[in-house]
Amino acid sequence: MTVESTAARKPRRSSSKRASSAAAKPPQSSEPQLVQLLTPEGERVRHPDYDVELTHDELRGLYRDMVLTRRFDAEATSLQRQGELGLWASLLGQEAAQIGSGRATREDDYVFPTYREHGVAWCRGVDPANLLGMFRGVNHGGWDPNTNNFHLYTIVIGSQTLHATGYAMGVAKDGADSAVVAYFGDGASSQGDVMEAFNFAAVYNAPVVFFCQNNQWAISEPTEKQMRVPLYRRAEGFGFPGVRVDGNDVLACLAVTKDALERARRGEGPTLVEAFTYRMGAHTTSDDPSKYRNDDERVAWEAKDPILRLRRYLEAEGAADQAYFDELEAESEAMGKRVREAVRAMPDPDVMAIFEHTHADGHALVDEERAEFAAYQASFAEEAK
Amino acid sequence: MAASKMPIAKAINESLRKAMENDPKVLIMGEDVGRLGGVFRVTDGLHKDFGDGRVIDTPLAESGIVGTAIGLALRGYRPVVEIQFDGFVFPAYDQIVTQLAKMHARALGKIKLPVVIRIPYGGGIGAVEHHSESPEALFAHVAGLKVVSPSNSSDAYWMMQQAIQSDDPIIFFEPKRRYWDKSDVDTDAIPAPLHKARIAREGSDLTLVAYGPMVKVCLEAAAAAQEEGKSLEVVDLRSMSPIDFDTIQTSVEKTRHLVVVHEAPVFLGTGAEIAARITERSFYHLEAPVLRVGGYHTPYPPARLEEEYLPGLDRVLDAVDRSLAY
Repeated sequence: MTVESTAARKPRRSSSKRASSAAAKPPQSSEPQLVQLLTPEGERVRHPDYDVELTHDELRGLYRDMVLTRRFDAEATSLQRQGELGLWASLLGQEAAQIGSGRATREDDYVFPTYREHGVAWCRGVDPANLLGMFRGVNHGGWDPNTNNFHLYTIVIGSQTLHATGYAMGVAKDGADSAVVAYFGDGASSQGDVMEAFNFAAVYNAPVVFFCQNNQWAISEPTEKQMRVPLYRRAEGFGFPGVRVDGNDVLACLAVTKDALERARRGEGPTLVEAFTYRMGAHTTSDDPSKYRNDDERVAWEAKDPILRLRRYLEAEGAADQAYFDELEAESEAMGKRVREAVRAMPDPDVMAIFEHTHADGHALVDEERAEFAAYQASFAEEAK
Repeated sequence: MAASKMPIAKAINESLRKAMENDPKVLIMGEDVGRLGGVFRVTDGLHKDFGDGRVIDTPLAESGIVGTAIGLALRGYRPVVEIQFDGFVFPAYDQIVTQLAKMHARALGKIKLPVVIRIPYGGGIGAVEHHSESPEALFAHVAGLKVVSPSNSSDAYWMMQQAIQSDDPIIFFEPKRRYWDKSDVDTDAIPAPLHKARIAREGSDLTLVAYGPMVKVCLEAAAAAQEEGKSLEVVDLRSMSPIDFDTIQTSVEKTRHLVVVHEAPVFLGTGAEIAARITERSFYHLEAPVLRVGGYHTPYPPARLEEEYLPGLDRVLDAVDRSLAY
């Protein structure tokens, strides 16, 4: 019942033929078991260790989250193409991993995202327009992380895993039963900071869940270029459990993340969750995947689409009818429109914002430069008189 | 406790103790800072009195130390991190530069990062490679950081208090070869602002600017010059970011000569910035170009050569003579 498609990986294997035979050996040949509760065909299956019992309402809620997240993501991609955003990092294909894990968190939990966690941000209640500010270039994030316990997007790969670990060490010191989730990707797993985060979390038994979305590609580099053993097995070497979950199965992602968070709350320390998924689009709007990967691979993953499989299940269960889907479609379109309007109405910051917030307690040099710059700007107004 | 004589290392130790007593959110983190009390014993006795929860022996991983300190700060703690030696800070440089320095601005001021990073720095202790460097300019160049260094016990005590109370990340460079130099500390005094320079000795013919370990050398140079009838003013900079240019400017406009002294290489160093700024501010007051005395553009030499490499009394006085001869 735990099915892992090998077909999907075949094109990548053949594409790395030029490497020496030893190096070309697929790193994931041990065929790790993948936790799955919903097959690509929408069939509900059982797993001995993980389960979730959800009402029809809750199932529809997860479906709605994924559909709206995808719609938001598509709108952002369009806005980039229209010149409204400088860049966009699409999450297309990773909706289940993000909504499943995001919905597993409690309000008092704290999340440290990469720059692609738009679905998790949605679950945490972050205004989607806030996410677009940094991609439009009006700020570098700018939301208050403490409003939704959702830290700023982190661009330097893997850095946030250490912040999450430190935060979790603080949670434990406070005696709270909150937990922390650190998001990262397969590429980040090569970073030293991620290894240090694993080790610190293990040594201090920190209540943190390392949630890796293995989307198979770090820009143009496939996972074979990043690792020689399945990613989730790294945890074992650090002394905590690792589990690989079907990252396109929202139920499995929810169940596995909930379980890991509960472990953390009970004081049993960190867990590594590897959500095995696929980056359906480009790395960002500046990327061109046709330069480095075979489209057959993407087509194979399309059959495992996270939204489609839940829709099949909802329909088979009689949990949603056509009227529901039509209504959701209308809601999606309205959301797209709202986001579009919000971005277009987003003003450029005042130029003096360059000098704002560099330090909490001020800095004499910044004060001096601010005054110089203001005088320089004012000189144009004088000239115009 | 009122005024008493103590070494710089002890003054920092007392200051850390006071900060931990005053605020339960203050934590000490680093390699060997617990039972051992740090390789220089600066945290001596703190583990015994505050325990594992507040004096944290970390895994041997500098990026991990600073990265987790950032997370603890986000949770409301005030970590004081020890980097064991100057040359070992670079694994943490990424976390310091890309994360710690910028996070407050990225959040438009909505979060604070009260993290102090203590770094014993400088040479003159006969150490092996990577144990004698002065990388302060590499941090002062980064927006979002503040960089300070005390030269005496009183400043060590008070500047540490102020650094821990600051809501900004501060790189606190400790002059390791002066750790055991004793001077007065008045724990009831009202300290000067953290980023204000101090006139360590008044004079009228030339201004020497120095900080950390070089202040002592400059005071000795001033005493020697006095015997030759030259009156040197010594400015203890104390803060390399921000720099108190006003105090330097006032001094230079009085003496009309400026020599900046530091152990770090002079190329693109603190002295270069001071020379540029003072030239801009006081061009018509200067009777000589601003001169710099410091390290060379070479790797720090093996210990048997460091006495020649480091600015000493003679090199400082040579620069003084060159400046006054203009």
